[in-house]
Amino acid sequence: MVTEKLLLPAPPIRSGRQFPAHLRRLVHTHAFRLAALYFVVFAASVLGVLFFVYWTSADFVERQTEATLDAEITGLAEQYAERGLSGLVQIVAARSAGDRGDANLYLITGPGGQPLAGNIAAWPSGVPARPGWLSFTVASDASGRVATEPARGRLIIIPGGYRLLVGRDISDAAAFRDRVKLTLLWSGLVALGVGLAGGTAMSRNLLRRVELVNRTSERVMAGNLSDRVPVEGTSDEFDQLAINLNRMLDQIERLMTAMREVTDDVAHDLKTPLSRLRARLELALLGSGAAAATPAQSEAIRGAIDEADRLLATFNALLGIAAAEAGAGRDRTEPLDLAEIARSAVEFYEPVAEEQGFELSLAAEPAVRIRGDRHLLSQALANLIDNALKYAGGGDVQVGVFAADGHAVLEIADRGPGIPEADRESVFDRFVRLEPSRSTPGNGLGLSLVRAVARRHDAAVSLADNRPGLRVRLDFPLLPA
Amino acid sequence: MMKLLVVEDDRDTALYLEKGLGESGYTVDRAGDGRDGLFLASSGGYGAIVLDRMLPGIDGLSMLSALRAADIHTPALILSALGTVDDRVKGLRAGGDDYLVKPFAFSELLARIEALLRRGATAPAATLLRVADLELDLLSRTVRRAGKPIELLPREFRLLEYLMRNAGHVVTRTMLLEQVWDYHFDPQTNVIDVHVSRLRQKIDRNFARPLLQTVRGAGYCLRAPD
Repeated sequence: MVTEKLLLPAPPIRSGRQFPAHLRRLVHTHAFRLAALYFVVFAASVLGVLFFVYWTSADFVERQTEATLDAEITGLAEQYAERGLSGLVQIVAARSAGDRGDANLYLITGPGGQPLAGNIAAWPSGVPARPGWLSFTVASDASGRVATEPARGRLIIIPGGYRLLVGRDISDAAAFRDRVKLTLLWSGLVALGVGLAGGTAMSRNLLRRVELVNRTSERVMAGNLSDRVPVEGTSDEFDQLAINLNRMLDQIERLMTAMREVTDDVAHDLKTPLSRLRARLELALLGSGAAAATPAQSEAIRGAIDEADRLLATFNALLGIAAAEAGAGRDRTEPLDLAEIARSAVEFYEPVAEEQGFELSLAAEPAVRIRGDRHLLSQALANLIDNALKYAGGGDVQVGVFAADGHAVLEIADRGPGIPEADRESVFDRFVRLEPSRSTPGNGLGLSLVRAVARRHDAAVSLADNRPGLRVRLDFPLLPA
Repeated sequence: MMKLLVVEDDRDTALYLEKGLGESGYTVDRAGDGRDGLFLASSGGYGAIVLDRMLPGIDGLSMLSALRAADIHTPALILSALGTVDDRVKGLRAGGDDYLVKPFAFSELLARIEALLRRGATAPAATLLRVADLELDLLSRTVRRAGKPIELLPREFRLLEYLMRNAGHVVTRTMLLEQVWDYHFDPQTNVIDVHVSRLRQKIDRNFARPLLQTVRGAGYCLRAPD
């Protein structure tokens, strides 16, 4: 009896957080990677150039300030060496006189910190009295209102607790630096935008042509052998690639056509004599009256006809494999329910199976769809069931149809002797039969056809141990529902 | 007497067909190429045409297309050495009514020709098929023999339907395989025989006169006993 279980599809497995599928696909495209790489390199070089410009302009101004102050301090130090502290105070007082304007900032303080001379009113607050370079702020009253301006200066300790501060108002330099910063920031942003657009455009253009090649080869593999990659006439590397690929496709098409013609010719030229042979034998049987064959002769003639038929069956099987391998009639493929094909085949073999002491059953998930050729798939499955009935001796023969990992799986498992691991590859070759005595009827072509049909459907065939028995599994590309 | 046209360039095969069909009670005209075949077929009067696919001059499929274009619909059986499903589909598309791969058993050819000849004869609209006391109702999908209901599986129902539509004539195993299961390959094992014997169990057991006969070397025949 056909027992059929309907298996419900397993609920989809959800992992905690998943990258959206289309984003994942995008990240995996070469176009995306190329654009990203281009952008990173471009951004790095633009940032490098901008930093260099910033450094050489803004930093240079600061160094200029320091150099000027150093020169001033050297001059004051000479005066101090010549004329002592009072001379120094006089000079500073003289230089501090009048409008401060663009001049340097000076301040000399006594041992108690009281200002002795200079154009800064008091020691700037919060500035430590350590010798060396320091930044501070000074009050400016230039426009009548009090504001603080940034300044940079150097502190010299004079023996006796005196301190000399020489500095410069650097508000102009700071303003300049801010301007440079702003300019560079904007030009940087614009450059990065241009880089991003350029990278995308470049990789798009490059990969558009790769994509053209891809699409064409897909169409060719789908059976449209006369399709060719478009040549754009730019005679660049891509055109060269297209031309070479097209030549290759021409050759493949020629070979396929030749193969078909040879197969057809052989079929015609060998089958015609076989037809005649068979026809003459049948005519001999048809004879009546004086021409009638004796019972013994009739028996011999029937035997000869059977022999001719066996020869023919082998021959037809070979031609069938050749045709399947050549991919003839790929245009006949259609969306199919694998379970439907399995159900039909199981139903077909079930009475024979039962008669021979087997329990043939089907476990099929609904809606396992593939794209394929119904006739070839039925024949392949029939060969597999037939093999199981021939070699397993009895017990369960289970046909399974289910979806797993994006594959549509068709599985036939028996409880027979199985196939030793070492022989699992060779059984697919033509005329290979593992039985040394060859006592079971068969031509050793059944599994060859299965493999040819599998290849034609981009399916993987695998043989496994069913502990005990043989498990044949075909993994087809699953057609999305 | 029914007239048949055989268009075949191979002399041996043509003679064989002529002789075999002659002994089966048909008058046979022969044509050796597509041109002659087209000429003879156009003049009409044939019950069926047996046509080789590969012919000198006009090939079989072109000849058939030309014939169909001329609105002549004599049933045609195409003979061919090419046996893939593809070739078969092409043949049927060109206007063929049946397709037989060479070499073939004569009984197979005969059974198919006879099926073609009676295709027009049976009323397709019939919803109740009857052979002796066996009745098959296509609407209610039920089968009765001598008024007693018989339970059949869907596939057995279709098998019986086909046998009853061809009642009184031989149907071969290949015809059953193609028509009932739509399989176009040789299953190697005696699968069909087992199906038929199961059906026979259901319709003939417990009845004095069996209806379903095995015809040796040919196939099966469902017929009312004489």
